[in-house]
Amino acid sequence: MLDLTYEAPKVKTIAGAKHDWELVIGMEVHAQVSSRAKLFSSASTKFGAEPNSNVSFVDAAMPGMLPVINEFCVDQAVRTGLGLKAAINLNSAFDRKNYFYPDQPAGYQISQLYHPIVGEGEVLVEMGEGIARRVRIERIHLEQDAGKSIHDMDPTMSFVDLNRAGVALMEIVSRPDIRGADEAAAYITKLRQILRYLGTCDGNMQNGNLRADVNVSVCLPGQYEKYLESGDFSHLGTRCEIKNMNSMRFIQQAIDYEARRQIAIVEGGGTVDQETRGFDPDTGETRTQRSKEEAHDYRYFPDPDLLPLEIEQAWVDDIAASLPELPDEKKARFMTGFGLSDYDASVLTAEVEAAGYFEQAAEGRDGKLAANWIINELYGRLKKDETQLADSPVSPAQIGQIVDLIKSDAISGKIAKDVFEICYTSGRDPEEIVETEGMKQVTDTGAIETAVDEIIAANPAQVEKAKQNPKLAGWFVGQVMKATGGKANPKAVNDIVSAKLGL
Amino acid sequence: MADLNTLGLAEARDLLRKGETTSVELTEACLKAIDAADVLNAFVHKTPEIAMERARAADARLQAGDAPAMCGLPIGMKDLFCTEGVPSQAASRILDGFRPEYESTVSANLRDAGAVMLGKLNMDEFAMGSSNETSAYGNAINPWRRDGDDTALTPGGSSGGSAAAVAADLCLAATGTDTGGSIRQPAALTGTVGIKPTYGRCSRWGIIAFASSLDQAGPMTKSVRDAAIMLGAMCSHDPKDSTSADLAVPDFESLLSGDIRGKTIGIPREYRVEGMPAEIEKLWNDGTEMLKAAGAKVVDISLPHTKYALPAYYVIAPAEASSNLARYDGVRYGHRAKLAQGDGITEMYEKTRAEGFGDEVQRRVMVGTYVLSAGFYDAYYNRARKVRTLIKRDFEQAFAAGVDAILTPATPSAAFGLGEMTEADPVQMYLLDVFTVTVNLAGLPGITVPTGRDAQGLPLGLQLIGRPWEEADLLNTALALESAAGFVAKPARWW
Repeated sequence: MLDLTYEAPKVKTIAGAKHDWELVIGMEVHAQVSSRAKLFSSASTKFGAEPNSNVSFVDAAMPGMLPVINEFCVDQAVRTGLGLKAAINLNSAFDRKNYFYPDQPAGYQISQLYHPIVGEGEVLVEMGEGIARRVRIERIHLEQDAGKSIHDMDPTMSFVDLNRAGVALMEIVSRPDIRGADEAAAYITKLRQILRYLGTCDGNMQNGNLRADVNVSVCLPGQYEKYLESGDFSHLGTRCEIKNMNSMRFIQQAIDYEARRQIAIVEGGGTVDQETRGFDPDTGETRTQRSKEEAHDYRYFPDPDLLPLEIEQAWVDDIAASLPELPDEKKARFMTGFGLSDYDASVLTAEVEAAGYFEQAAEGRDGKLAANWIINELYGRLKKDETQLADSPVSPAQIGQIVDLIKSDAISGKIAKDVFEICYTSGRDPEEIVETEGMKQVTDTGAIETAVDEIIAANPAQVEKAKQNPKLAGWFVGQVMKATGGKANPKAVNDIVSAKLGL
Repeated sequence: MADLNTLGLAEARDLLRKGETTSVELTEACLKAIDAADVLNAFVHKTPEIAMERARAADARLQAGDAPAMCGLPIGMKDLFCTEGVPSQAASRILDGFRPEYESTVSANLRDAGAVMLGKLNMDEFAMGSSNETSAYGNAINPWRRDGDDTALTPGGSSGGSAAAVAADLCLAATGTDTGGSIRQPAALTGTVGIKPTYGRCSRWGIIAFASSLDQAGPMTKSVRDAAIMLGAMCSHDPKDSTSADLAVPDFESLLSGDIRGKTIGIPREYRVEGMPAEIEKLWNDGTEMLKAAGAKVVDISLPHTKYALPAYYVIAPAEASSNLARYDGVRYGHRAKLAQGDGITEMYEKTRAEGFGDEVQRRVMVGTYVLSAGFYDAYYNRARKVRTLIKRDFEQAFAAGVDAILTPATPSAAFGLGEMTEADPVQMYLLDVFTVTVNLAGLPGITVPTGRDAQGLPLGLQLIGRPWEEADLLNTALALESAAGFVAKPARWW
């Protein structure tokens, strides 16, 4: 498949009181693995169950309970790694991250610090036509999610729901290659798109199935390039980590706020403290959660309950062979194969379902026309009804029929809109609608000539005027269209009117 | 017929199968003995109803001719095993009131093999200790006494309750667990047999964890044959334990012949530790001669990294324990401290754990936390892991050179007086594990067999260490040693 070439976007500078500054952002995205069972137990992962109903003895860390790896989750992590063009580590291992919290029943989270299952990869983040940021992925590791602590149900007590405890997460760690709040949002969007194509995470940010820790720092122009050359982080500013963001809008707001805050500190002669911060959506500000001094010592060590995870290349190869076509390849194919614009191809590949819909509608037809009809008419109509594409009353085959009817000059674009509306509301096939409703365009030049002749004969004064001023020919075209109930081919009418008037 | 509770597993099984006694009779005899031995504090929770119910069920199976390996045989269960509906507290206050809704794989295997559980046995808290003195229930007492001296002696630890119960004939056998010697040391101090199988032979599922990479369950019995019978019933491949080995379990008993002609026994020179009592030296030499007389070839071997084993063990075991014991936080089960007005989650953790854990457990949690902390991890934990690899390699090289089993002392001394070590530096107590921890670090099977008595009449044992997964061969060598030693002494009943 043809690879499209991209240019890196220009880094936007932020004007401080004294200098221009640049943003440097790295992200740790926690993506919940699409899996029926948890990472180390057979308890269900179904969202919205009664509190503490999806909890096994292992999840509740009862005495003597032991974790057993869920092979499907490993498969999903490998699939994700392959989708991000990343190295798969045939040997990985699980470590314990020790800390006390009531929603972490064992007192430790099983994660992969020292030997993650996926190594370096990359994500191409498009920022406009022909412009994209290549964000390097450092690693992906598997780990357990925590439960949920609820502090606002009772004035004196806290409650814990362990339904989520032990659910498999993939932590996707990027290099600090993201250079602005817009790029951060675009990165998450692209990552989410790839995960959804792969079927390894549903990307539901509202339910917390995709959330991000955002590391933000600022530096003077030129410093980032020095970091890139040397790999030495000391060229960059001190970073703050904004925890647990699950809204694209909040991520951008938080980054913008954090950039201004850090710039003000540094320009005021201060230093940024490395710390963990939280974002308050009500004020639009970030706030200290944990300073460096208060930072946990997680005392990571290899989990002695689990043997090192060894997978075989042949197994990885099988997964690789079963990967679906991914967004970048699909978009390139839509552009080169169907002649779509960059924009149309992007819109139609945003969701794999939309891409599939388009391909069915466009198969063997004019792809550009099919794309126009889906993006402009269908999407517009669905949006008006707040309906999803999956529930569209118009099938891809029906869009295909409309395209065919237009291309064969059976109907005009204008009539096609009426046909579409009838199809949308009734579900009837466009071909049948055109036939039954007599909407077929008149392309029979004899019939059109007769109509033109009649109008010319009936309006001698207008004929004289038109001969003086050819622009008035339009009036005759309008009259003919009216007389034919809009079914006459407009181009044919135009030609005949011009000829008859001798223009 | 002797009192039924004094029988071993093999004898009792044979009588049951011949119809000369019943499980109910055996069980009643044991329950009576247990009730008469409260002073030994071996059983911390008696389960007579469960015992009688299982005994009756076993008798029905025996009648029907459907008698699995342990059918009708009354045993004790170390408190570290989770037993469904029965208090399982690891002898800790922090698990006050905890009754699991599940049965550990090993105890379920024994139950399925027809064994009759008499109750839960005393132990050091979370299996941390070598004298049974860290138990929240107070220590068990060794039924053995020095000649003409009624000082209460330790039964050893951590499986001290199991050892005392077997030695005092309160049950026919008992389960133990061994992280650094917790089966083998108490067996040696009570004149009983204890085997720790290869790491991975017995499932750890449902056994309250101390140090996951070292913990193994095993039987504590009155003879090597009994150990073979019971070990077979305890082992299985368990998909619920990722470290459980997917290997067939041999019929250990049928492989016992006592014939060790042509076998090579290694005597590791590094185990001849400084200050070793002459009695232990003699015991070891005598054992060596016995094996030689039985037709084995005896060779001197070197296990050069032995001296680093104890420090490495006392880094790795506390490190894992500090993490394994983090779940005892007062949130979901067990003890929770009463909180003062304004106390938050941190106070709840601190007070609960301060009240719930005894001194030794707290000490090890702190040591473990320290060795894993940032800046110390490489110096302690990682270095200890490297030492562990070297210790394992020492054994591999010895076995590769043709050694079939290694003979060592089991303990540096006979049972000591309860309270004698409490004033001492905790390290003095740790030194008691010097001969046993290497086996756990290397994941090997090890067995102790009583082979003699000290000048004051107390039992002493020797340890045999075998190749991984070759428990059958190890048991056979142990049988030869047991036959040659002819240790038949029993503690004089004073309780």
